[in-house]
Amino acid sequence: MEQITIPIKEASFPQPFPGGLEFNAPARGMWNIVHTGMLLPEAHQIFVCARGCLRGVILTAAEMNAMDRMSWVGIEENDFFDSSMEENVIEGVTDILNKLSGKPPVVLVFVSCVQLFAGIDFPECLRELSKRFPHTTFVDCYMNPTMRKSGLTPDQLMRRQLFVPLKNTAPLEKNAINLLGSDFAADRSCELFTWLDENKIICREITKCSSFSAYQEMGKSSLNMTWIPQAVAAAESLENRLGQKHLHLPISYGEEEIENNYKLLAQALDLNVPDFSEARQSAGQALAHALKIIGNTPIALDYTAAPRILSLTRRLLEAGFNVTQVFADLFIPGDRKDFEFLQKNFPSLKITPTLHVNMRFANNGHLDEKILAVGQKAAFFTGSVNFVDLVWGRGFYGHSGVAAIAGLMIEAFRNPKDIESVITHKGWGCESCL
Amino acid sequence: MRIAASVISIHSSDTAGVCSALYELGGLTVVHDASGCNSTYATHDEPRWYAHGARTYISALTETDAIMGNDERFIDNVVSAAKDLGDLPFIAICGSPLPMMVGTDFNALGAEIERRSGIPVLALHTNGIKSYLAGVNQALCALAERFCRDGLKKNSRKVNILGATPLDFSVNGEVENIRRILEENGFEVNSCWSMGSSLEELSSAGAAGVNLLISSSAKELAQYFEKRFSIPFVAGVPVGRAFAACCIRALKKAAGDGESSMPCLSERTPAGDAAVIGESLFASSLCCALQMEQNIACHLLNPLEKEFAFMHSNEMNVPDESAVAGAFAKVSRIYGDPLYAPVAAAEKCFIPVPHEAFSGRCFRKKMRSLCGKDLKKEFEIC
Repeated sequence: MEQITIPIKEASFPQPFPGGLEFNAPARGMWNIVHTGMLLPEAHQIFVCARGCLRGVILTAAEMNAMDRMSWVGIEENDFFDSSMEENVIEGVTDILNKLSGKPPVVLVFVSCVQLFAGIDFPECLRELSKRFPHTTFVDCYMNPTMRKSGLTPDQLMRRQLFVPLKNTAPLEKNAINLLGSDFAADRSCELFTWLDENKIICREITKCSSFSAYQEMGKSSLNMTWIPQAVAAAESLENRLGQKHLHLPISYGEEEIENNYKLLAQALDLNVPDFSEARQSAGQALAHALKIIGNTPIALDYTAAPRILSLTRRLLEAGFNVTQVFADLFIPGDRKDFEFLQKNFPSLKITPTLHVNMRFANNGHLDEKILAVGQKAAFFTGSVNFVDLVWGRGFYGHSGVAAIAGLMIEAFRNPKDIESVITHKGWGCESCL
Repeated sequence: MRIAASVISIHSSDTAGVCSALYELGGLTVVHDASGCNSTYATHDEPRWYAHGARTYISALTETDAIMGNDERFIDNVVSAAKDLGDLPFIAICGSPLPMMVGTDFNALGAEIERRSGIPVLALHTNGIKSYLAGVNQALCALAERFCRDGLKKNSRKVNILGATPLDFSVNGEVENIRRILEENGFEVNSCWSMGSSLEELSSAGAAGVNLLISSSAKELAQYFEKRFSIPFVAGVPVGRAFAACCIRALKKAAGDGESSMPCLSERTPAGDAAVIGESLFASSLCCALQMEQNIACHLLNPLEKEFAFMHSNEMNVPDESAVAGAFAKVSRIYGDPLYAPVAAAEKCFIPVPHEAFSGRCFRKKMRSLCGKDLKKEFEIC
């Protein structure tokens, strides 16, 4: 079956393809709310949902060998008709906590679409639980994918709720900032961190916290830096609640935007604007070196590879790479400038959906020519064994991030991988029992 | 009753059962649920997802559609997908918790989709709350009602296998083993519901002289065939050698006298210091095999819906973790999925028998094929 594809010049923004039934490609590297919740040290997750919803989250925990931090309460049809929704949450969570050998400092309690639709009094559930377990912080969490188009998405909500246990410990530390919202620990070889170190600025991130008390230190930082739009709600909430300033410095692969981000950060920290020309040149050289090796080989990228996939596409095209195809179903507002640039300057760039019904049968694994895929879905749909196993940017940032990706492209171009075994691993970077 | 667990897993849902049962038959199966919710099935319930494409999709239901009762979008999208995919023998639609909550009328949706597309529609009533047993039973019965032909000449050597899905048998060759055992004993496999058979083969199920029921997920189908085609069934998974031989004898007898039998129950007396936990027909068959081959007296613990269970009246239902823990405390040896192990005290002998419908793909590589095998080689005695 032919892939559904259109040239970018004909694509509409932000949704190039009409909605419909959806296929689910077997690329599992992207994190879900369970993976994200596990970032909170010592937290225990309790899902109160229907069996079908529980199955995915429980086995996410099982595969990452974290069942000791995951519990559940099933809901039955009767719960909706006999006023027992709240009781089910309160008594179910109580039973579970009474069974645990030690009481976790934080419990993330999740409810799902159907309870929210039925009007559950979730705050009352948590108030009652807090009375029963005064030494435990309960955080309201949501697995509500039907509501993804009515307010914050489950992903945005999860990233926000992850920081609810942070307490106000004013005065805030001027020489400390947080990085919020990244699933992966930031690559500390980035010029940004060198510069922060030189200026004795501490940058805390949840991925580096090994205990709940270390996590709580994040409440002392004076500024929250976010790299992805999905984390903005978290930072705005903390700004309101703890007075931590927020600075959104979106991941970008373009020189100008990278440096503009650094200027904004320098300004916020009351520091001199740094000179990053060396890092900039290194990134340019890394791309040039990769181009020499990869040459005119067609390159396909997908939206799971990086938070700003069109920014990365643009950077590669401007560097001379033969990017021919981008797999994406929806673009984010931050993509608009790059989208318009690509429409104007690379109008034949192909845009291909991943969810469309026909995409189920669009990968035949028989390539007429060598393709370099960037991202797990691009690997699946192109069938290319030469692929960069890049998921959501992997914690790369700035000029050094561009250079790192160039290095990964060379490695992937030279060394084939087994697509199935790599991309079916759930939660890139997480432990796996498979 | 509240069902909760602090550390164990949960069985696959009815929607997964529907998708699994219909996976290989070429139809379009649509679960009416939110975008992304199909990843649970695709990742944890369906080992064929990567290598063998099927027309299984999600409707990408939104809250707004649910509030506004926008069934039209669902109907339009299903009909449009059917046109895109072409050559569909059937369309199956089924629901999840939110459609249940708003009272979505799947019969009406099915009728309208069938009218617009001209393709037979199976309207299935799942809600994501019941277990896969309910989904598989419902899907297979709907399929049989719609597609099985009457008036076929009966052949007593022909057998239908009922209840084969990867949720119970994974993809480790166990279903092929069962086929081989039947063929080596003079039977011809008429159809297998529903792995390794085409829809055309399934539609000729009425030609069989006997049915071998290998999972409680097809209990209702066995009863349906008994009523509609007067085909008796034999309930038993041919685990081990001795019990496999027992199943074969029962099949031959049933093919001759037309009487159904349940060797998984009749060939054992529940007792002893060992327990098998899991899908009841398999667990009950394993109890028989252990008793026959290793002289282990054991009994069954049923964690799934009672209505589908094959168990003796003095055996226990263990619907939640507390019940499981209580039952485990009374025995010294347990056969079950490894994700039950944390509930068993350290001094217990826990023998892993992975079950895809409970632990998904976690232990797929360690799943053993037990049918027709020497159990002494498969299980070490604690």
